[in-house]
This record gives sequence, structure tokens and C-alpha cells, in this order.
Amino acid sequence: MTTQFAGQLEGRPRPFDVVVRLLFRLAAVITIVITVGILLALLLPSIGFFSEVPITDFLFGTRWAPRFADASFGVLPLVTATLWTTFIALVFAVPLGLGAAVLLSEYAHWRVRKVLKPILEVLAGIPTVVYGYFAVQFIQATVLKDWLQLPTGSFSVLAAGFVMGIMIIPTIASISEDALSAVPNALRQGSAALGANRMQTTVRVIFPAAVSGIVAAIILGVSRAVGETMIVALAAGQQARLVANPLEAGQTMTAFIAQAALGDSVVGSLQYDTLFAVGLLLFVITLVVNIISITIVRRVRKAY
Amino acid sequence: MVIHTSVRTGASLPDKPYGQLACEQVDVYYGSFRAVTDVSLAFGINEITALIGPSGCGKSTLLRSLNRMNDLIDGARVEGRVTFMGEDIYGKRVDAIEVRRRIGMVFQKPNPFPKSIFDNIAYGPRVNGIRVDSMSDLVEEALTKAALWDEVKDKLKQSALGLSGGQQQRLCIARTIAVKPDVILMDEPCSALDPIATARIEDLMHDLRREYTIVIVTHNMQQAARVADRTAFFTAQVDEGNGDRTGVLVEYGKTAQIFENPTDRRTEDYISGRFG
Ligand SMILES: Nc1ncnc2c1ncn2[C@@H]1O[C@H](COP(=O)(O)OP(=O)(O)OP(=O)(O)O)[C@@H](O)[C@H]1O
Ligand SMILES: [Mg+2]
Repeated sequence: MTTQFAGQLEGRPRPFDVVVRLLFRLAAVITIVITVGILLALLLPSIGFFSEVPITDFLFGTRWAPRFADASFGVLPLVTATLWTTFIALVFAVPLGLGAAVLLSEYAHWRVRKVLKPILEVLAGIPTVVYGYFAVQFIQATVLKDWLQLPTGSFSVLAAGFVMGIMIIPTIASISEDALSAVPNALRQGSAALGANRMQTTVRVIFPAAVSGIVAAIILGVSRAVGETMIVALAAGQQARLVANPLEAGQTMTAFIAQAALGDSVVGSLQYDTLFAVGLLLFVITLVVNIISITIVRRVRKAY
Repeated sequence: MVIHTSVRTGASLPDKPYGQLACEQVDVYYGSFRAVTDVSLAFGINEITALIGPSGCGKSTLLRSLNRMNDLIDGARVEGRVTFMGEDIYGKRVDAIEVRRRIGMVFQKPNPFPKSIFDNIAYGPRVNGIRVDSMSDLVEEALTKAALWDEVKDKLKQSALGLSGGQQQRLCIARTIAVKPDVILMDEPCSALDPIATARIEDLMHDLRREYTIVIVTHNMQQAARVADRTAFFTAQVDEGNGDRTGVLVEYGKTAQIFENPTDRRTEDYISGRFG
């Protein structure tokens, strides 16, 4: 009797499913190929570069002068400028972005939220050249120099970092707001039913529950700040020098790449290859930031 | 048909409840929709009161109005008076946070925080700034009262989300007990639980009655009959003014009387319908 019913569970061929599966697989392969391609495009010229410049000279040297006759390839000046602008941007963007997210998600009336959330997302789309112009003309020239009378030149990492912070606030706020709103209301009610006020509920229950989304928001902010080019090129200056104080000017890694890429380096020359070495370093830094944050999220997740 | 009602029916239960918590002509609105109309009801101190009635008749809505949980819902509004120890909890100078500390709530779906078992219990005392000599003792006491201690005493540091549904619900009860409220409101606390876990929570309610005033919403007639001293039956009726279906209190009395000798036809229909 088993044979009599055999075959009843066999499926008909489903051509549509097959095609869709193929398309998805293709998309996945293309993504991987492109990523590997970019990595190779960075790596190959970098190998040429590091065969001529010792990697320790590059990483720990304090003078960046790739185009001078007595060329020097110490990347630290570019790194310090990038660290300063990124740090300053985060100092402003993280508290304000998270504050805005908490306000929208936990305190604002739903009608207010419905209006503000899209505005926030539009703000995130303003072209960065506009921010850059605002940074150099208004923040640097007018606010820092004229109003505050600070001892600073035409450019500073402070102005660039501050405006970059403003630029990434909407990103951090919007993504953290999504993470906070995704926390089930049952937890808010449970907390309130124990006599917790809104602040306690937010800080002790909602925030920990949303931590991975919030960290993701901050990582994205960091990545945007590290990779941002236009604002720093316009407002932080184009002199590669070790930056010791935020009122100084300094060239960031991205600003150097932009400048060098626009220049007239001969393809295959050492000057041309420096561009890729700096690009590779930028890539590694972003990767490390990501790995560190993922580790942090795992730790925090484990705690509860 | 025989329904076994709560053991405490006879002389020990006063005819009229001594109302520590009471509603006086309470209406609850969601926006312009009136979900509950004109409910007056006193919940006796150290008694278990069951709220029963068909789905959508406003039991949860009324329960939430008893500790101002409705404040958290956009557009919800309460009219009339809800008094706790004689004071209107919706009064101008009353702090909703303090109301909720004194009148705790256990929800239909267990909602433990994504924290350790220990931190779930310690959360309430911490946010309320309750000074204790030893938080561990307080946690143990609360878990013991909620009949959960033996099952979790070796894994207090582990996540509460790893517990079973029934354990999570008892954890939520323990969490509520830990802030030492006067009243515990329970909205269908056993609806997600198996008969064994349900029996444990019912036993627990009997124990807790000595110290707390308990109000429980339930769809389970047998449960109401087993645990409640008094029962209030609600139904949804069409409002003559605007045609909305609004919840009204039909009948309120000792559980034995409601189940064995209802005075209102609708109560009788509902109860006999359920028991077939
Ligand atoms: N947050 C809300 N917003 C708007 N209307 C609501 C809300 N909660 C409940 N209602 C409405 O109020 C009425 C009563 O709902 P409630 O949840 O209090 O009923 P219930 O008696 O608890 O039902 P059940 O037994 O199914 O839990 C229903 O008509 C419902 O649609
Ligand atoms: Mg309900």
C-alpha cells in the first residue's frame, strides 16, 4: 500500500522560484565581487608603495611631504587631523543625536514625531559641500574668529569637526530613534507599573534593550565622520601637519586623497601610490572601528 | 451543575467590601470613543475581586484606569473618580508614579526586562529609592513569595528571558511584590500558561491575599470561581446616544452569589453559556 500513494508529496517545478533564486544569488555574487575588487584596487598600488617606503616610516613618521624633493611619508599628521575632526564631531553629535532620539521616541507626542522624523531624514541628505561652506565662512570666520576672538587662522579642525557633528546628528538621531521605538511597549508599561518615571524607564530599560541599534547608529556616525571629505577639505585646511590643538588647521586623510587625486600624479609613480596607501589605512581604521563596536555589542548583549 | 467557589465564602467575608480602592461613576474614553461607562465598584481590602465578561467589554481598560496606566496610552481619558484610601488618584496634586508604586500591575503577556533575574526583581526597589540592608534578601523574599525561588535560586545572574512563560509570569509577580504595593492588578495573568503553572499562580494569589488587595481580570469562569471572593460581571452594550458599544457593569457580588444565584439575566446567560 505504500507504493500506491508514493509520489503524492513530490512538488511541481516552480520556474518563477528558480529565476528569483538565481537573481538573488547573482546580486550576492556581484556585491562580493565589487567589494573584493575595491580591496584589490587599494592593495595592489599599496604594495608598490610599501616596497619603497618602509611601513614603520609610514605609520609612525611625523612629517607628511610626499611631493617635496626630500619626500617624507609619515602619515601621522593626516591621522591626527582625522582623529581630531572625528572626535570633535562625535562630542557634539552623540549626545545631541541620542538626546533627540530619546525626545522623539519616549517623550514627544506621536503627532509631533510624525512631523519631525521625516524632517530629520531630509536634513541627513543635505549635500556636504553646503556644510563645508557653512563651516569655513560662518563657524570659522565669523563665530570663532570675530565673535569669540579665538586665536585661529582661516581654517581649523574645530570648525570642521563641529559642522561635521551637525551633519551626522540626523543620522545618529534617526537610526537610534528607530532602535528605541522598536523596543516593545510592554517593557515601558512594565517599568511604569513598578513606579519608574520616564527617565528611569528610558535609561535603565529602553536604552539597554536598544543598545545594538544605538551602537550601530554611532558606528555609522563614526564611519561618516572618518570618511567625510568635503567639509574637512574646505574648513580644516590643506596643510599636513601634526594637530595638537583644535584651533589649528590640518589636512585629514580624506582631504589629502581628494587633493592628490585632483593633482597631476603620474599613474604608477610613488606619489600616485601614496593615495592608495592612505586609502588602505582609512579602510583598515573603519574596519577596526566596526570590529570593536561589534565586540562591545556582543558583550553588552551577553550581560542580560 | 456544581461550581466550586472560593473557600472564603461564609462568615469571614463581609457583605459589603471595605473598599480600599474604589471607582465612582467612572467613564473611560479613547479619544471620543467611550469604552467604559458609569462604573461604580469598591474593591475590598485583602480580598480577591474578579472582573469577568465578554471580550471587548472594557475589563482591561477599567483595570488600567485603577493605577493610571491609561496615562501611557495616547488619547485615553478617565472621568469620574477612582479613589485609593479615600483620595482621588486623578487629583491635581497626585503623582501618577506614586500611584503605580502603591498599585502594581501584572500584565497578560509576561514582560520581564531583558536583564538578569536578580535585576528584574531589584529594579523596582532601585528606581523607587527603597533603602534595604540587603538587596539579595529582598530578592529572595519576593521570589519565595511568588513560588519561584527554588527554581531560580542557582541562576539569579542569568537572563530572565531564558525562563519559561509560566516562570516569567511568576517573575513578573515577584517583581511587583518587591516594591511592596498595597494593591495588585492582574490582567489575565494565566492566559498564556498551562494548567500546572496556572494552579501555582492561583495558589500564590490565595497566599498573597493576606497582604494585598487583588483585582484579577479573567476569561476563565472556573478560575474566577476558584480564586475570587467577589466577582463583577461586565458586558458591552450599545450606547443609545451614538451607537458605540460601551462596557457597563451588570452585576457585582460575592462570587458564590454571582455564580449560583445571579440576579441579572445577562449574568446568568453568560455564566451558563460558558458552562454549557
Ligand atoms: N489603546 C486603545 N485605543 C483605542 N481603543 C482601545 C484601546 N484599548 C482598547 N480599546 C477599545 O476599548 C474597548 C474595550 O477594550 P478592552 O481591551 O478594555 O476590552 P477587554 O474587556 O479587556 O477585552 P478582552 O477580554 O478581549 O481582553 C474595545 O472596544 C477596544 O477596541
Ligand atoms: Mg483585556
